[in-house]
Amino acid sequence: MDEQRYSRRDFMQMAGVGGLVFASGLPGCATYGQSRPDFNFIQLSDIHWGYDNPKVNPDSKGTLRKAIATVNNLEQPPDFIVFTGDLTQTTDDPKVRRQRLREFRDMAAELKAPKVLFFAGEHDASLDRGEAYQEIIGGPLYYTFDHKGVHFIVLDNISDPAPILGAKQIEWLKTDLARQQPDAPIVVLTHRPLFSLYPQWDWATRDGMAAIDLLMPYKNVAVFYGHIHHEHHHMTGHIAHHAAQSLMFPLSPVGTAPQKTQLPWDAAQPYKGLGYRTVQATAAGTPQRMQELPVKA
Amino acid sequence: MRRFAHNLAATAAIAGVAGYLLAAAAHGAAAGERIALVAAKFTFSQPEIRLKKGRPVTIALTSPDFMHGFSVPDFNVRADVVPGKAVEVTFTPDRSGRFAFLCDNFCGEGHDHMSGFLIVTDD
Repeated sequence: MDEQRYSRRDFMQMAGVGGLVFASGLPGCATYGQSRPDFNFIQLSDIHWGYDNPKVNPDSKGTLRKAIATVNNLEQPPDFIVFTGDLTQTTDDPKVRRQRLREFRDMAAELKAPKVLFFAGEHDASLDRGEAYQEIIGGPLYYTFDHKGVHFIVLDNISDPAPILGAKQIEWLKTDLARQQPDAPIVVLTHRPLFSLYPQWDWATRDGMAAIDLLMPYKNVAVFYGHIHHEHHHMTGHIAHHAAQSLMFPLSPVGTAPQKTQLPWDAAQPYKGLGYRTVQATAAGTPQRMQELPVKA
Repeated sequence: MRRFAHNLAATAAIAGVAGYLLAAAAHGAAAGERIALVAAKFTFSQPEIRLKKGRPVTIALTSPDFMHGFSVPDFNVRADVVPGKAVEVTFTPDRSGRFAFLCDNFCGEGHDHMSGFLIVTDD
């Protein structure tokens, strides 16, 4: 397996562009057909509703609302919005877990988009294997959907405390992929990194390589995930993996702290390190693009 | 005669204990160090464990409350620590330095802080 790690600068240089917008390894960069319409979607991640540490985020109750207000006023509204897990801060109390999920659900309902999709993170679902999440948010823990010619696959690597995908889900993925053409544009959405980014900080999926191996024969695959609370880009062979920022607290990147660290609030630069992502599928012949957007004070 | 028998029995007993101790010492030398470690929400009983490079170590793990994980990714060591079961992992650190160990089964509110370090020295 040709596995490489890139800094953000390297990744942008590789893509040949600078600034916040850069060509990604998204499916369809080379093969996106003339007949496929443009669309964009938004990735919101790691909301951790219920988190309370003013030294890290003194606006823990307002940050998501600010992001929602910004998204609702975007010049180019998204076709859909997806929350990539850790909607709530974990709690050992099942009643509080349900309350946090309900509060989150009610706030997310304020988003103005044709479609809002969800899946769980380990904070939402590991302690009860997704029971409260499915009761309040609803829907299965892993699923697929198609949008304007792109096949989206949501993988669950969090409802087992292990954390694993598990043999049943890997078999399900194999069956789903068997129905796709080798050049089909495929986007995988998941919470934890599928590759072993840094297992020393629990940034891995134990059997994630099984999923990557299944995806490898497909030419146009990109993975969007959360969990690590900062922007990160990585290639496993031709498959690009893009981690998103959090909307509650940033975590130190690997190599910048001896331990996994929640970065303290910077009063001079409020909301620094927090944000969300827009992903654009542009017209045929031009690459698809991503943009990391900050939370505005 | 009675005194001779008593001395003989005492000598045999001492020899037996000495033999046991010698055998235990020999076993210990082969197996290396043995360290007991309790994994409980949300800490390990020893946040730092000091080891010698090249010397085998057995970590004897127990948990009272949850199936925690014990993982040392740098040495490719991991185990599930099932409550009520004694779990042992044996390995030989082949590098010196500071290496993280962690619970890698999500166990609750304090899971993100349930970790420690192996401090491996050359001598």
